[in-house]
Amino acid sequence: MLQADSGGPVPVPRDTGARRISVFLSRHPRLRLSLLLSAPLFWLGLVYIVALAALLITALWTVDTFTGTITQTWTLDNIVTVLTGSLYQTVTLRTLGIAVVVTVVDILVALPIAFYMAKVASTRWQRVLVIAVLMPLWASYLVKAYAWRSVLSSDGIVDWLVAPFGGQTPGYGLPATVITLAYLWLPYVILPIYAGLERVPDSLLEASGDLGGRTGSTLRLIVLPMIWPAIIAGSIFSFSLTLGDYITVNIVGGANQMLGNLVYTNVGAANNLPLAAAIALIPIVIIFGYLAAVRRTGALDNL
Amino acid sequence: MSADRPAIRLRGLTKSFGAGNAVDGVDLDVVEGEFFSMLGPSGSGKTTVLRLIAGFEQPTSGTVSLQGKDVTDRAPFDRDVNTVFQDYALFPHMTVLDNVAYGLRVRGVGRRERHERARAALDTVRLGGFGDRKPGQLSGGQRQRVALARATVVQPKVLLLDEPLGALDLKLREQMQVELKELQRELGITFIFVTHDQEEALTLSDRIAVFNEGRIEQLGTPAEIYDHPVSPFVAAFVGTSNVFSDELSLRVLGRGGIHSVRPEKMTVERLESPLSGDRSATGVLAEVIYLGSSTRLIVDLDAGMRVVVQEQNDARRVGDEERGARVRVAWSDRDTVVVVADRRTESLDPAP
Repeated sequence: MLQADSGGPVPVPRDTGARRISVFLSRHPRLRLSLLLSAPLFWLGLVYIVALAALLITALWTVDTFTGTITQTWTLDNIVTVLTGSLYQTVTLRTLGIAVVVTVVDILVALPIAFYMAKVASTRWQRVLVIAVLMPLWASYLVKAYAWRSVLSSDGIVDWLVAPFGGQTPGYGLPATVITLAYLWLPYVILPIYAGLERVPDSLLEASGDLGGRTGSTLRLIVLPMIWPAIIAGSIFSFSLTLGDYITVNIVGGANQMLGNLVYTNVGAANNLPLAAAIALIPIVIIFGYLAAVRRTGALDNL
Repeated sequence: MSADRPAIRLRGLTKSFGAGNAVDGVDLDVVEGEFFSMLGPSGSGKTTVLRLIAGFEQPTSGTVSLQGKDVTDRAPFDRDVNTVFQDYALFPHMTVLDNVAYGLRVRGVGRRERHERARAALDTVRLGGFGDRKPGQLSGGQRQRVALARATVVQPKVLLLDEPLGALDLKLREQMQVELKELQRELGITFIFVTHDQEEALTLSDRIAVFNEGRIEQLGTPAEIYDHPVSPFVAAFVGTSNVFSDELSLRVLGRGGIHSVRPEKMTVERLESPLSGDRSATGVLAEVIYLGSSTRLIVDLDAGMRVVVQEQNDARRVGDEERGARVRVAWSDRDTVVVVADRRTESLDPAP
């Protein structure tokens, strides 16, 4: 009498093969999980771990200078060269310096933008701004790098803008590299900080003001500590992407080289794959060091 | 002193969000040391008034004065009021002690002294040993008390409480009500308490403002509000009421106007038993609901109205009513509250 009239009796499920497999899987959750994870784990293992290991191993081989073929004799020569050679030390320090400056610039630019997006703008504007931040990612990396080359050229927009005030374009060099890289990675820094700020309830900001905290104290004591993990996440993007970059510095960096350029020339022109592998290990070591340092600050505990 | 310098004075306070007025011309004086409640359904403007007093919102027009000083244009951190938020708004990355000490810290009180005072404040809310924990490790009731300690440690003149007990379960809520009342007496400061729970407001308050659609519908002591509601809205919102419309008043009471009778002032009797009040109406018993200490009886009157009667389950109560039985509802005329007077008699009065 209470049964709803849903158009006839509900069919009893038929005992098909697929059904039997489903029943079997639902009784064996571990098997289900391993079937689910095996494909992506296989891919990750093959492409990522094996490639890294191959890199490490290659760095321990050498190239026959006469024939130009790789001989698989184990040696630490490449590592020693990279660690002691003044060229490699200079380029490593330069690359590290550029990465740090780019990261700091990106964070300083991203913080107010992300704050405006998360806490000030209306919902509608918020959406518009998120799209505006993402939009540069739709354009090709090369297009953006060449755009900056044109902007910073001696008869470009920057020169035209600052010329009346007695200034001139920084031209091509390290400042141009920093500006371009900071521009390229900015969306990757804004988005995590924006997401982090979104997670700070407005009532916490109100509570701080209510208890007598002025804007400065509220930012320093409440907002910054709470979005610290988000800032770190953004900085990992800009820092590691800069460490590996070699195209931007080619386009706007003048004669300057970064670690990526050394890898590139050694793989290509110099035909010294083992040395290239050894150089490529430097940014990896730096990134691991950075992550370890970040971990020690406890910033990743709340992720 | 309190007459010409009230703790809070609102004049013509209006706040509009887009189309409508969330707060519509509120005038209010809150006396110093008072436990004052703002009661109303959600969307009635009570929380917005609280936020206007705290300074989180700017009024569209009107003024807010604290201790005789106009603070309408001042930022929250320049107002001598503190708020206990509905979600407590504890800082998750700080320990309980640092949370409580925050107000002192931003005022430049030294580390030693502010920790000492924060510890004392935690003691008053019986959380002495919890200073080193993070808010996430506390229960709802404990967080509530941390929020209270944090807001009172800076010794505000007025404490604003935005539905502070809303997230707690019934038992804890009743316990916190007692603690709040004691705390207020201890500190001797003004409490402004926002709630949609009429029972809570009646229990705690010295005075209550009942809000409806951005206006104060009635202002008075709990007894005044409960016993003499001035509008059908107040009669229906504060406690349960049997409201007799103009037409039903004519039919049942023999006079026009809108009247209200509380369920506990009525009794349900058998038709053959002697009449116990001087007012009565017959009907059919529709539902009997046992509530433990009392029983609620719902009667469909022949006059065309459903009334709720609440009887104490004491020795005198027989409790043999049956659904569907014909019964008589009886009450006394002095318990019949005139909510809106009869316009007919007014209009019949000769002009003076």
